[in-house]
Amino acid sequence: MKVDKKDVEYVAMLARIELSEEEKELYSEQLSTILAFFDRLKEVDTENVQPTSHVVDLVNAYRSDQVRPGPGVEEVLANAPDRAQRFFRVPKILD
Amino acid sequence: MDLHEETIQGLHTKLARREVSSEEVTRHLLARISQLNPELNAYITVTEEEALAQAREADQRLANGDATSPLCGVPIAIKDNMNTRGVRTTCASRMLEHFVPPFDATAVRKLREAGAVFLGKTNMDEFAMGSSTEHSLFGPCRNPHDHERVPGGSSGGSACAVAADLCIAATGSDTGGSIRQPAAYCGVVGMKPTYGRVSRFGLVAFASSLDQIGPIAKDVTDCSLLLQALCGYDPCDSTSVDSAVPDFASFLTGDVRGLRIGIPGEYFIEGMDAEVEEAVRNGIRILEKEGARPVEISLPHTAYGIPVYYLIATAEASSNLARYDGVKYGFRAKGASDTLRQMYHRTRSEGFGAEVKRRIMLGTYALSSGYYDAYYRKAQQVCTLIRQDFVEAFQHCDVIVTPTVPSPAFPIGEKTGDPLQMYLLDIFTTTVNLAGLPGLSMPCGTTSGGLPVGMQILGRHFDEGTVLKTAFAFEQQTLTTSKTQA
Amino acid sequence: MEYEAVIGLEIHAQLLTESKIFCGCSTQFGAEPNENTCPVCTGMPGVLPVLNRRVVELALRTAVALKGEIAPRSVFARKNYFYPDLPKGYQISQFEAPLSLGGYVEIEGDGGTRRVCLTRIHLEEDAGKLVYEGTMEKADAGYVDLNRTGVPLIEIVTEPELRSPEEAAAFLRKLRSILRYLEVCDGNMEQGSLRCDANVSIRPVGSEGLGVRTEMKNMNSFRFVEHALEYEIQRQIATLDDGEKIIQETRLWDTSKNVTMSMRSKEEAHDYRYFPDPDLVPVEIDSTWVEEIRGNLPELPDEKENRFVEAYELPIEDARTLTATAELADYFEKAVARFPQAKKVSNWILTELLRELNRDEREIGGCAVTPEHLSGMLAMIEDGSISGKIGKQVFEEMYRTGKEPQAIVKEKGWVQIQDSSELAGVIDHVLVSHPDEVSKYRAGKEKVFGFFVGQVMKATRGQANPKRVNELLREKLQSDN
Repeated sequence: MKVDKKDVEYVAMLARIELSEEEKELYSEQLSTILAFFDRLKEVDTENVQPTSHVVDLVNAYRSDQVRPGPGVEEVLANAPDRAQRFFRVPKILD
Repeated sequence: MDLHEETIQGLHTKLARREVSSEEVTRHLLARISQLNPELNAYITVTEEEALAQAREADQRLANGDATSPLCGVPIAIKDNMNTRGVRTTCASRMLEHFVPPFDATAVRKLREAGAVFLGKTNMDEFAMGSSTEHSLFGPCRNPHDHERVPGGSSGGSACAVAADLCIAATGSDTGGSIRQPAAYCGVVGMKPTYGRVSRFGLVAFASSLDQIGPIAKDVTDCSLLLQALCGYDPCDSTSVDSAVPDFASFLTGDVRGLRIGIPGEYFIEGMDAEVEEAVRNGIRILEKEGARPVEISLPHTAYGIPVYYLIATAEASSNLARYDGVKYGFRAKGASDTLRQMYHRTRSEGFGAEVKRRIMLGTYALSSGYYDAYYRKAQQVCTLIRQDFVEAFQHCDVIVTPTVPSPAFPIGEKTGDPLQMYLLDIFTTTVNLAGLPGLSMPCGTTSGGLPVGMQILGRHFDEGTVLKTAFAFEQQTLTTSKTQA
Repeated sequence: MEYEAVIGLEIHAQLLTESKIFCGCSTQFGAEPNENTCPVCTGMPGVLPVLNRRVVELALRTAVALKGEIAPRSVFARKNYFYPDLPKGYQISQFEAPLSLGGYVEIEGDGGTRRVCLTRIHLEEDAGKLVYEGTMEKADAGYVDLNRTGVPLIEIVTEPELRSPEEAAAFLRKLRSILRYLEVCDGNMEQGSLRCDANVSIRPVGSEGLGVRTEMKNMNSFRFVEHALEYEIQRQIATLDDGEKIIQETRLWDTSKNVTMSMRSKEEAHDYRYFPDPDLVPVEIDSTWVEEIRGNLPELPDEKENRFVEAYELPIEDARTLTATAELADYFEKAVARFPQAKKVSNWILTELLRELNRDEREIGGCAVTPEHLSGMLAMIEDGSISGKIGKQVFEEMYRTGKEPQAIVKEKGWVQIQDSSELAGVIDHVLVSHPDEVSKYRAGKEKVFGFFVGQVMKATRGQANPKRVNELLREKLQSDN
């Protein structure tokens, strides 16, 4: 599987990661190599094989509908890089 | 014996008899850390004050005659991806360099309640992504057996700290071998429990369906003691299993007569290190001599473990790491006139290291429109076949014994330029996570170069007991385990 | 060319739980910013979700009531995208395996009852709120409040079967009524506990294919839904008529300008990278649970409406209005139980009571007139204690003060004079005082009768029972002849 520069740019955009030109080259090459190796999965016949999403077969893990108050706004905001009063603050939204 | 050489079991006896105080041991280890850590780089954060406070509290508890917990007063190290209330939890990432969690991980809380003393947080590959502990914001950790070599990863700091006697025992986390591989490289005992045995609440997620916390210790007995303290159902983790935890000590009998040991042909492959193969085969012979019965088994989908693992793990990681966006906590890139979009891109570009970014990219790609079926779903399907291989194999054997890694610890820097070569090291460990099985690595000899070799013992789901039984019997016969020259 | 609209709705309803879907934070509306948050719903490193069982129960109740097919196994997935109100960088929702498939809602239209089919009902968590000063384009910062993050929602998706804005609004009204009957959602569109997005396209009448659709958001009232859809359909027709193409996009209803606006997002084509959430285990619903829920379902609006028509012999329009909410229907039934003349009760509720409530924008629950008071008053009219006219005054008094009718009538001295001897005295006095009119009446000018009645009523300050007055007057005028 060849991952070209456009693919890398698309994926980087989805993942919100800024890449330099050199990084794009590097990731294009590395991801291509890695995925070429992973292509060996195509050898495996998986028709009618159910996908595994949990390695242990558990179902129905519930909690009851009871309010347990959080630690309070100060604790929630304590690690915030930027805040204003009781809010997390973010830069202007539209480009 | 010097205090730092103590095991949990040995130290517990002395603490209970008041022959030594926890504060004394803690001070001794803190001094040793300040002496050796600058070179080994096993710890990211040393919590001297907190440790001494915990030690004094433990001493008080012991003075009151409460010696029921084998961990009470025992200084241990915590991998830096487990939340510790009030103590920064960095995941070795710039992204969380200054993150101070307001709560303990359930596993950490259990250890705290057991009276353990936390010396600090250990070095690791950033967000547990790596097999060498080179991918750390805080620089690489070194192998105590050869400082030019890696200790393995991602729990390299914990394995190093245990091997170099910078703690009595440590916690690790294992997503694709991150406890067992560094344990093998450092010559200590490390165990990944069955998925669901130990709560993941408060463990900073790498790949949620595979991550599991486990012990890293100096011997099998310590491993079982620490495991005992970590295990148990947690209603805060939906994937935690609500079933009784056996008394692991009761399995440490040394008796393996009649035990069927599965030897998978696929784990003794061409190109693997001859000394590693010989050490493991020798280990199997020792068990056989003790009355265990080797059985040839086959795990035919082993070769697909690496792609399946790296697709599933990176896909989950790409989503798990989306929360690091510079809004609620952690790193935010500077740039006063930034827009939100620029802030996101720069924060994640500067906040994550190269390997983490590579894996996020890979995982995002595997899930993206048009590739989901070919990569992610395909990997999940082959994962089913890998699980079935083990189910079938365990019809014929009680445990499976294999090498942990195909080769011993490699020089620092050797593989950082070639990610695929690094990934391939995980060939014997990842399938165990994919199947959710318990697996342990323990020393089974050294290479001519003096590097430890790890033997891996796997068991059925929730049968950690039989794994520990096998490991203990082997250990009894080979008490010449390589001791570190730190 | 003649076009017809094709509309599909996606309704998000907040389930009436105490706590959030995956953590113990309160769901209460109106808390201080970030008050109802904790490490779990703010997505701190290491946290894990645990599903609130009540959420599943309320969603099941809805699905069963809407005749959906309950999936024996449903799975939570992650919908991945970046936005400041989404603290984990993904929303936990159901994708490939929703809780329920199919089902329907019946609505009344010009052509009679129409069945609107549902595609699915699934569970998900709400996002938080991003606020800014002024407009998003001009604001130089955004402020994030995560109180709503993790509030439990069901998303109900219809097939693209609605053909007009009126139908869409009728569907939404009916659905809201059902959700409120089920006590799964309070249906408050202003507070956002019921939200509606719409997919709209147009096609030439008679054509079977589907045109390019736009997704409409931010229609937070029934009125806005109707207006926005009307506008959007006209906009699409005008676009095609101008020979231009409709662009698949998301548009917002601008309530100040009464237009839909493109969200002009530079955003990539949506690539949400859904995959099963490994932190949550599948939900398996056994038939016992479903049957238990089915057994405990309340009577729903349609059933109640039919029963009202049959049991109380009410006109369909009356029954429909009375059953719009379970509270109003209960009110009616309580009143009828004490005053078993359904049509009279219905008339009073539909005219007097609803007029007052609508004027004050009150719900029936906040009404001071109890069903007992209403029926008590009706009984007083019936037995002649008060006149219908006085009744209206009594009603207004009850509505204003919450007092019971007997007390009001007594206090105000509004008791009707029925006593024949008392009335006879008044009538005698009136007749004696107006000999000329008596003569005219007797000469055949029967119109004068009304004059006598008026005089008697005036003398009794309106409290004479008019029926008795009529009887007695006629008696007197004839007997003295």
